[in-house]
Amino acid sequence: MPSLDDLKKRIKSVKSTQKITKAMKMVAAAKLRKAQESAEKGRPYSQKMQNIILNLTKSINDPQNAPKLLVGTGEDKKYLCVVLTADRGLCGGFNSNICKLAKTNFKKILGERKELNIITVGSKGHDQIKREYGKYVIKKFSFKDKKNISFNEADEIGKEIISLFNQNKFDKCIIFYNNFKNVITQIPQAQQIIPAETKNLKESNDENFSYEFEPEEDEILEDLLPKNISTQVFKALLENAASEQGSRMTAMDNATRNAGDLVDKLTIDYNRSRQASITKELIEIISGAESL
Amino acid sequence: MSDKFTVEIISPDQTILKQETSEVVIPSFEGQMGILNNHIPLITFLRPGIITIKAEGEKKYYVEEGTVEFSNNNLLILTSTAKDVANLDKSQINDLIQKAEANLNAQSTDKERYVASYKLETLKEISQ
Repeated sequence: MPSLDDLKKRIKSVKSTQKITKAMKMVAAAKLRKAQESAEKGRPYSQKMQNIILNLTKSINDPQNAPKLLVGTGEDKKYLCVVLTADRGLCGGFNSNICKLAKTNFKKILGERKELNIITVGSKGHDQIKREYGKYVIKKFSFKDKKNISFNEADEIGKEIISLFNQNKFDKCIIFYNNFKNVITQIPQAQQIIPAETKNLKESNDENFSYEFEPEEDEILEDLLPKNISTQVFKALLENAASEQGSRMTAMDNATRNAGDLVDKLTIDYNRSRQASITKELIEIISGAESL
Repeated sequence: MSDKFTVEIISPDQTILKQETSEVVIPSFEGQMGILNNHIPLITFLRPGIITIKAEGEKKYYVEEGTVEFSNNNLLILTSTAKDVANLDKSQINDLIQKAEANLNAQSTDKERYVASYKLETLKEISQ
């Protein structure tokens, strides 16, 4: 049985933890609104970009000579995985969910005896992945000091991916991130960006225009595809930022509630043992008086 | 039939503009291009220059690069660098001019030099 003093100290410490988690929840809620807004505002750009590329793809008659970024190298040996996570912890299962999905994929790729390279974005993901797959990590990005994620950061990652592709370092590129569905649900996702996945888009869009291209479509594609990579990375970063705040908000809300429950329980314990000690003293006094 | 069509300028972080217009002039890669209602479907990309949107009053946007699609009387401009010319002040422009001048000499290929020289020209035009 802990002493009264110990209980008092514990109650105090739980209460101050509760204050911290409550404050973090408020901050996350405020940031979430902003992050969610920018994720939603960013969606049209990437969608329209996909659409244009799709329209361009349709008009390519000679797939043999199409840019490699679009159709791939024709091989399936080397993989590049880009894992996007947060730079900060205390956000529930956010980082672990992405890493879990990524690791399942890594295992599959290695199991098929294919070459694996990893780029991590965000320090939390790097910490989790380097334990098992450290030797495959070829580069890590971290935007810890940036307050808001802008297109420049995504472009930096995009350019890195493309330069690796041009050096023939990989055949396929997959990015892992959390898709923001709503505040409580974030879905970890694996998206293949090289070669571009156009299958599911083709069904949704039947309209067929014959476009006028200026300059030639090859040139446009060459200009557009690298941009598309950066755009997809940017979209993933935005979705991730919103998911991180959402996830943190839910986690901190739970933590606050748990701390409240704990305080209630400890207070009852405290009162009980206080009452017990009073009763004990009374009995001692009474029995002492009786014996006189 | 109305002679209007919709123009949208979208940057990665937001929709900058969406409105009805009767004519848009874009700095396409191979030269200035005026777009009117019922233009045939078109895909092209931009060099540094000024997008002029003619509705009631003119709107001008400075861009460095971008992709343009026109279909179904809908003009879509995707760019990460669009800036409203009215909001650019002198010191900002002069900064950009200096950078562009330094940049011009550093380019190696013809294509890069072509783009850089247009950037400089456009900026000088705005500053006047």
